Amino acid sequence: MIDMQDAAYGYGAEPILSGLNLRLAPGSFHFLTGPSGAGKTTLLKLCYAELVPTAGRISIFGEDAATLQRDAIALTRQRIGVVHQDCEFLDHLSVRENIALPLTVAGRDAAAQEANLNELIAWVGLAARADARPPELSGGERQRAALARAIIMDPDLILADEPTGNVDWDMSLRLLQLLTELNRMGKTVLIATHDLALIRAAKAQVQARVLRLSGGRLSAAAADL
Amino acid sequence: MSVAADILGLLKGEAQADRVVPRSGQAAKLTLAVSGAMAFLAVFALALSLAAGRLADRWSDALAQSSTIRLSAPAAEMEAQTWTVLTVLEQTPGVDSARALGDEEQRALLEPWFGPDLPIGDLPVPRLIEIIETPEGYDADGLRQRLAAEAPGAVLDDHTRWRRPLVDAADRLRLLGWLSLVLILGSTAAMITLAAQAALASNEQVIRVLRLVGARDSYIARAFVRRFTRRALTGAAVGALLGTVAVALLPSAAEEGAFLTGLGFRGAGWLWPLAIPVLAAVTAFWSTRIAAFRTLKGLR
Repeated sequence: MIDMQDAAYGYGAEPILSGLNLRLAPGSFHFLTGPSGAGKTTLLKLCYAELVPTAGRISIFGEDAATLQRDAIALTRQRIGVVHQDCEFLDHLSVRENIALPLTVAGRDAAAQEANLNELIAWVGLAARADARPPELSGGERQRAALARAIIMDPDLILADEPTGNVDWDMSLRLLQLLTELNRMGKTVLIATHDLALIRAAKAQVQARVLRLSGGRLSAAAADL
Repeated sequence: MSVAADILGLLKGEAQADRVVPRSGQAAKLTLAVSGAMAFLAVFALALSLAAGRLADRWSDALAQSSTIRLSAPAAEMEAQTWTVLTVLEQTPGVDSARALGDEEQRALLEPWFGPDLPIGDLPVPRLIEIIETPEGYDADGLRQRLAAEAPGAVLDDHTRWRRPLVDAADRLRLLGWLSLVLILGSTAAMITLAAQAALASNEQVIRVLRLVGARDSYIARAFVRRFTRRALTGAAVGALLGTVAVALLPSAAEEGAFLTGLGFRGAGWLWPLAIPVLAAVTAFWSTRIAAFRTLKGLR
């Protein structure tokens, strides 16, 4: 699904990330941890071709990320659901329309998938807020809306960047529960977080592999997290 | 994505897709206002160009088929010389008919300068002979040589001397009218390009979100192209309508064909302003499309 081989990324001569070797197998669950500024977000961006490695190779669904053209990147993104910490929405659209946005841009008839859409909105607990505008949502509601938008296309891979960064512990657990449920449905999940308590909570629910990013290098985290 | 798909999308509209770009914004108002103003000006440039063309054609047609011989001779020889000139003209290929103007006609011609009671018989006024040409025309140089030999007092005026500058001026005016239209279209394209670039820049977050959820650049570009093309079409339609009404309210053409009173459209010419909104829409389509793809290419 995602295969990094000695991948590196940097803005200047000095790479921020180097020697990245990572393989995300279908149906696997991963946590990416590390201190702030370690490059977790950059690594996620490499996974969905927002950034291109400056060295090494990254394969996304079998395609070399460095050679992907714009249209191919767009098609790849339709197979990857991304949830950011500062989830961005189109503020002039309702929550429902924002969640349906991937269907709209893919040319699918959102009205024909109304039932699925309603089910998904209910699943993330936003049925009562579906017609609200994104600025009216709380932090937790925004995260759930972003998660719903990320999975509406039934993606193979879900990338979440600090999804619990702006929410309280109960909401963090709720989001984690949603992500673990998705993993049970066969989705591959990679969560970047520095919240070790969340990782411990997750390990009680799913078999998760924990990776640590430090000094620009990726390694397996200690077993006693 | 092909241009055909863009045009098809434009015609049938994509309600869902159209909503992804926010409606408000200065760029939208600017496009509407610029298109309207430019269309208004374009109607006048068009009216000017068409009127100048009509004037040039009218002067050419009216004067090209006729010419005049001015015969100066002592009173005793005037009749004989007139007869000689008419005989020469009868024998000249390309002359359809020729006739000497009577005293009344000559008095009428001079009346604006000398008043109605001019004793024309007492004055050494040259005799005027009107020539109507065949469509093929005659050899003016050959005729001049024959007249010089047989009636030395006869001077041929085929109107070329003063007709050509008038026709040239009218033709130049027509050209300037069309050039103005091209400049108006160019300015419209430049303004819409700037407005589209401003809209794209101010919607960077929208573009980022759309790309994140898998939108192709052609999809994003189309959303902007549709928006700007429709605005340009609407603005230009209003501007062209107002311009056409303004032209229609100009004083009607005088019988003498004075230029300023003949500035409006004639007959099927009233359909020309309909082309202006279409041209504005085509201009907006291409300028927004080029601006959108260029801007999107610059955004990773």
